[in-house]
Order: sequence, then structure tokens, then C-alpha cells
Amino acid sequence: MVETMNAIHSTPLTDAIHARGLTKSFGETRVLAGIDLTVPAGTLLALLGPNGSGKTTTVRILATLLAPDGGTATVGGHDVMREGRAVRRVIGLTAQQATVDDLLTGRENLELFAGLHHLGRRTARRRAAELLERFDLAGAADRRVGTYSGGMRRRLDLAAGMVAEPRILFLDEPTTGLDPRSRAELWAVIRELLASGTTILLTTQYLEEADQLADRVAVIHGGRLVADGSPAELKRQVGTERLVLSLARPEDVPRAHTALAALTPTARPAAQRPAARQDDRPAAQEPEQRDGWSEITLAVHGPGDLRRALDALHRAAVEVERVELRTPTLDDVFFELTEAAA
Amino acid sequence: MSAVAPVRGAAAGDLYRLVVRDLRRELRVVDGLIVNIALPVIIMVVFVYVFGGAISTGSSGLAYIDFVVPSVLLMSGGYGAATTAITIADDMTGGMMDRFRTLPIGGWLVPAGHVLASVLRNVVACGLALAAAVLLGFRPHATLTEWLLVAALLTGYVLAMSSLAAVWGLLVRSTQAAGAFSFVVLFLPYVSDGVVPAETMPDVLRDFAANQPLTPAVAALRSLLLDGVPMGSSGVVAAAWLAGLVALSLPVAAVLFRRRTSS
Repeated sequence: MVETMNAIHSTPLTDAIHARGLTKSFGETRVLAGIDLTVPAGTLLALLGPNGSGKTTTVRILATLLAPDGGTATVGGHDVMREGRAVRRVIGLTAQQATVDDLLTGRENLELFAGLHHLGRRTARRRAAELLERFDLAGAADRRVGTYSGGMRRRLDLAAGMVAEPRILFLDEPTTGLDPRSRAELWAVIRELLASGTTILLTTQYLEEADQLADRVAVIHGGRLVADGSPAELKRQVGTERLVLSLARPEDVPRAHTALAALTPTARPAAQRPAARQDDRPAAQEPEQRDGWSEITLAVHGPGDLRRALDALHRAAVEVERVELRTPTLDDVFFELTEAAA
Repeated sequence: MSAVAPVRGAAAGDLYRLVVRDLRRELRVVDGLIVNIALPVIIMVVFVYVFGGAISTGSSGLAYIDFVVPSVLLMSGGYGAATTAITIADDMTGGMMDRFRTLPIGGWLVPAGHVLASVLRNVVACGLALAAAVLLGFRPHATLTEWLLVAALLTGYVLAMSSLAAVWGLLVRSTQAAGAFSFVVLFLPYVSDGVVPAETMPDVLRDFAANQPLTPAVAALRSLLLDGVPMGSSGVVAAAWLAGLVALSLPVAAVLFRRRTSS
């Protein structure tokens, strides 16, 4: 009892973000069905989920842009509903939609936001120059943002969220739509911010991104958290890798399934691509047909599983045409986690 | 929740920064330059040279240039003021409002900044239109007091139209729809005594013209700028109209803004 009370009414000083039971509906649509989040100061939590899962709504509530229907949340020790202004003093936000002015130059944008943070003219100028340098935009500082590339614009957006040196940063899908190089550059910046003690809540659709950056990952699906843990824990839960086996003869598929089903639970036929998920059929029973091959996908943990799987198929006289190992995709994670929850 | 009064004294500085932003934007788009600088001059030339020869000023006995200049001044300022709906809708529908709302400023300063910037640039537009009129042969006769009243009336008109445009900009959900307000402001002067004498219109339109703000505003401007045109009650009626429009639309805009930025 006492513990429950504490969880609801007090925020340990070490938690930069603390949310309990957040709910939100838009009309008839329930977008958040009770979200609990805790982000210790100086760490990065990745909120991982597909479009429409409630990531952005969660971020908007925590950044004081949206009032929740139910639940409580504190950010930097301040209640997001009652002390919005205090929250806004300690946070920075990079939203999905561009939140910089296309008609102003990069420098003018940052000086405007710095001014609106009441930094003072000279400080605002210095801060803008620093950020342009740090985010590798010094060369384009006096060009209109409308002429920037996607990656430059995201970096400016991130810089705009940083003008007042916020302790807590919300990044809503900061790398969606960026090319690999811009993404890597942005990751480097995020790591730097983390190293300097900033607390970050980042939303993403990419498991790899969460894996690269996060201390903890919360998986959100249909307005609920379906998993919460370190990237390693999450991956243990879904299998570290996917083994894709292409069989030479489609008629071998049932035999292959029987052989593989006898394996340890760590190597079992696993999630398939969304096509199978939409059908609501157990995925591995409908192997994909491609170029006359039949594919079976397995979740595997390490080389031991790989060997066991191939041995089992060999014993069952199933001829394997091709073997491919790939890292789990977000689809795999979701299918696995939501299947487990169902 | 989000519209709590900011730190005292900071609001003025914030408003200034937002006005500067708006003016910078305006000077950087071709549309803005056309609406604010070219259009007033073009409207003036078109009315004085193109229509002027064909339109009789009826019982007023004025030369057409004297007859039409006051309404062209109002058109020039009003049309630019209507674009306030677009600048506000732009911020509301794009991501900019999210950015502003995570800053420790009163969110209402954002639309207020647009309205104030609109007043500034459109008073300038009125001045350009007046300069064009003088070049085309308009010869105002006004004392200093009368000039100040002209400035006050034009400013009041631009403020009223900008506030109405702000309401519209906060009501609609897209920039395109926001642009529709320009038509209202563009048409209003035609159905007043400003462009052609209202006495030549059919009954319905004549009644409308007699009871809309542009007619007394035009009459007051004529009286202030020209010799021998009586003021009558037009100055008071015009002032009451404009004050009423501002007093009505600013609170409505505030309520709409709060509704749009909460929930």
C-alpha cells in the first residue's frame, strides 16, 4: 500500500520524467489506455512503436502541449497540468513536424527562440552561434531554412529545442525520413547530449535506433506499454536474430515445420512479415513463396540455435537452398510482444 | 493553463520579437511585397485612370479622384490586413505553434504579434497608396489635427480588419481557407459609398451600403482630407463601428485561441 502511494504522489529527485496512468481519447478513439513511464535523470528512454500507437500523444502530454484525460505526470519535478510554465522552462522539444520558420535564416530562428526564452540579446546571439557550430550548420547559418536539406533542418530543429540548455529533451521521431548519413550524425549529437547529462525521451519506429541510443526501451502498442526494459532484455525477449531459411522444395514445408517445432522454445518458428499478421493466422504456417522457394523465419539466439535448426532439417531430409541471418525488425518485435500479450 | 500571464515586462519584449519575425517574413515573400507595396499603388492607378473617366460621382459634385481616394486607402490597408488570417493559420496548422507553446511565453502573444505586425505594415501600405494618389493629382487639404485623425481612422480600420482576420484565421483549419477572408475585405468597399455613389445602387444594396462601416469611414475621410465636405455624424459612426468590431473580435479571437491550444 505504502509503496503504491509513493509511486503516485512523490517523484524521486532522480526521475526526470515520471508518468502514471496517462489516458487520452480523441472523440471515440482511445489513443492512450494508461501509460506509466519513468525516466531517471541523465538517461535516454526510447519509446518504440508504429504509427498511431500513441508515441506522439505521450510526448505532447509530457511537453505540456496536450492535457491528458486521466493520470498524472511530472517533468523535472513539476506537474505537467498545474505547473506548465515551470515545465516549459526545463524542457526542449523537437516535434515530428518542422517547428522552425522556413522564411527566416537558421541564425534568425535560433536568435528568435533564444530571445523568447529571455536570454538577453548578447547571450542569445552567442548561444545561437554556438549551436550552429555544434550542429554543423555554421556554413548555412545565414541562409533561409527553406533552402536546407532534410538533415540540416532536423539538426536546426534539434538546436532550436536546445537554446535554453534544457535538462530534459523530447525528441519525437528525430530521424524519420533521414538518409543514413544524416541519421548517424544526429545519433552522434544525441550521444553527446546524453554524455553532458541531458535526460532524453526519444520516440522511434526503429528498433536499431533504440538499440543504439537507449538506456531503456518502452514498447508502445495501441496506447499501452507492451514491454519495458533495457535493449538487451528486449532483444532477449524477441530473440536476438532472425534466421530466414529458403527451402528448395515447397512440399517440404510441413515437414520442416514439424522438425523445427521439436526444437527448444528458443528456436521456434517466429513472426513473419505484416502480411501474415493482417491475416491473423499463425505466421509460420503460411511460409512466404518467393522465386519458387518457400521461406521459414525463426527467432534464434546465437550460433547454437542456428546449428540445431539446420541439423533438425537435415535429419528430416529437408533441403535448404539459402540461409540468411538478420537482426529483428520492429515488425518482429511487435508481433512477438503483442502475440504474447494476447 | 497555457495562457497564464508571463513574467511582467517580458511580454512587451516577446511581442516585439514576434512582430519583427512577422515583418521579416512579409518582406521575404513575393506575395507580401505585392500586397503591401505594389497593390496599393496599382489599385490607386486602376481606379483613378481606368474607372475614373467612366464613373459619375453623382450628387456629391466631387472630382472622381477626390471621391475614390478615401476608399482606395481603406482597400489598400484592408486587403493587407486580411492576410493576417493566413499568417495565423500558417502558425496554427504547421508545427510552429508547438514550438512557441513549449517556450515560457504567453501563447496568445503569437496571434497578437501577427495582428500588431499587420497594423504596422498596412498603415505603411495606406501611406504608399496616399503617396501614389498625390502623384496622380490628388490634392488633400487638411490641418495637422485632421491628418492625425486620418491616421487614427486608417489605423483603426486596419486594426479592426486584422482582428476580424485573426478570428477567421483561428476558426479555419487550413491556410487555403484562411485566404478566403481577403474576398470579404475586398468586396466590402464596392458595396459602400466609396467607389460609386450608393444612390445609384438598387434598394437592397443601398440599404446595406448605408449600414456598413465603410460608408461612414469613407465619408469621414473625405471630410478630413478635402475642403467643403461636411463631417456630419460620419466620424462618430465610423469610430463606433471600428471600436465595436475590435472590442468584439479580440475577445472572440482569445477564446478561439485558447480552445485551439488546449484539449
